[in-house]
Amino acid sequence: MREIVVISGKGGTGKTSLSAAFAYLEGNNALACDCDVDAANMHLLLDANFKNQRDFYSGEVALIDQDICTNCGACADVCRFDAIHVQDEQHKVDPISCEDCHYCSKVCQQNAIEMKIQKAGDIYTSDIKNGTQMVHAKLGFGAENSGKLVAKVKQDAKILALQKNRAYVITDGSPGIGCPVISSLSGANLVVLVTEATVSGIHDLQRVFKLVKTFNLKAVCIINKYDLNKNMTKKIEQFLRKEDIGLVGKLPYDENFTKALAKAQTIIEYDKNSELANLVKKQWNKIKENLK
Amino acid sequence: MKITIASGKGGTGKTTISTNLASYIADMGSNVVLTDLDVEEPNSALFLKTELVHTQISNKMVPTWESEACTLCGECAKNCNFNAIVAMPSEILVFAELCHSCYACSELCPTDSLPMIPTRIGEIKEFKTKTFPFIEGRLDLGQEMAVPLITQTIKYTCDKYKKHIKIFDAPPGTSCPVIEASKNSDFVILITEATPFGLNDLILAVETMKVLKKKFGVIINRYGIGDNSVEEYCKKENIPIITKVKNDKEVAKLYSKGELIYKKIEHFKDSLDDIVTFIGELNA
Repeated sequence: MREIVVISGKGGTGKTSLSAAFAYLEGNNALACDCDVDAANMHLLLDANFKNQRDFYSGEVALIDQDICTNCGACADVCRFDAIHVQDEQHKVDPISCEDCHYCSKVCQQNAIEMKIQKAGDIYTSDIKNGTQMVHAKLGFGAENSGKLVAKVKQDAKILALQKNRAYVITDGSPGIGCPVISSLSGANLVVLVTEATVSGIHDLQRVFKLVKTFNLKAVCIINKYDLNKNMTKKIEQFLRKEDIGLVGKLPYDENFTKALAKAQTIIEYDKNSELANLVKKQWNKIKENLK
Repeated sequence: MKITIASGKGGTGKTTISTNLASYIADMGSNVVLTDLDVEEPNSALFLKTELVHTQISNKMVPTWESEACTLCGECAKNCNFNAIVAMPSEILVFAELCHSCYACSELCPTDSLPMIPTRIGEIKEFKTKTFPFIEGRLDLGQEMAVPLITQTIKYTCDKYKKHIKIFDAPPGTSCPVIEASKNSDFVILITEATPFGLNDLILAVETMKVLKKKFGVIINRYGIGDNSVEEYCKKENIPIITKVKNDKEVAKLYSKGELIYKKIEHFKDSLDDIVTFIGELNA
């Protein structure tokens, strides 16, 4: 079993459209995994049925027992996150600001502060189109620990892939360079960088690639919307050569991606004999070759 | 007035709207400052002609081990809830990137052997453009926590530009960085596109804003492609649609080159007018 992680740095470059198309193409030889737990979308293209739901608990939030609390204020004095305020003459914790450091509960002389475990999100295993499954998640509103949720989603996906003897796990990563992305990358066999031919596309590609490099992972690249700005495409190609990143292929700016999305279809289903669908198929095959 | 431009989904046009809106408001003669809070991938500067005027290092406070008085009792490791401290038989190891700067280890240490010292996490840069100041926070690679830098960048902006209209370009998503970028603003503009992805992520963003008790409105970008589910949702939920920005490949082309859009495309300028009118009514 090999894991392919699709990331981009910048949002909106086509990560999800492409990873869903790859999962659709590979059918029950693969398992799909959505690590963009902040704004998960892959399930929309793959018609996930949310069959198996699990609660994800992570992190705790301070809760002050008002019957015991003497309002001495020691908790508020040590809180560095401005999470404890006096409201109606009573010290109260703002759960959104609480960072789960436990400092307040340690200094409370009355033992009036309990750390309560929080549900941070939901994890799902779903049946999807084309006879396969996907593991995905929804982070709770305002919850923290998205990195930990990503790690759990990946773990569940990998275990299921091993149980079902799947050749590939296709992981849709999250944007940015922070903790969810770092979590998405861990243990990947191949990273697919999806960029676009825009000033911000190349900027974010360069930044996220530095991160990939620190993990010593093999990476390949797809340039989306290459015809928007051919000059920029050239610059991206130069960067790829310099860093020895394989170019899997280029895709034109094509509104059919959006039209397919509006019908909740992958680009392959939307028009399976189109040039665009053929390009995506070729690129998926090239990605697989890179895993050999 | 503080306005945060956010979205659940990435790539919906936060930076395009933020940079063009700031420049447009400045053209009208108002005092405006633009701040890029997408500290993981700051992009606004790519669309502006900027001249650097000030750089300051952004730090977070992290404990540092001083061995002289330390008895290696291990209280610090027990008091750290983030696994940032490991007590070894002969030394204390601090993993700075995991530290949340809660001070528990330092202040509860019986021998004061873990003083807190500033450790670099990124930079805050201020630039000038021809018509308005621009500030960005930029997180160092390998740093996992964006929130402290976002907090500091907002503070820098608010301390220095008290009376300006402040536009904050937020990071994507709905978790801690977005909350930090939105929680002290007067109004949040959520940018979305009229697709199932756009709708799904808009609903998440709306729920987050409701938890934060923020006032917000929606801009539908790339309008005319996709479906009308976003509009129906906004109507049903009574969410104001501030403007609909037409889908236009010419906009994408100008964006790809890093150019401001409204100077060349009339319908985009009309949309900015809608936003300015909307903000004006908020202020009144």
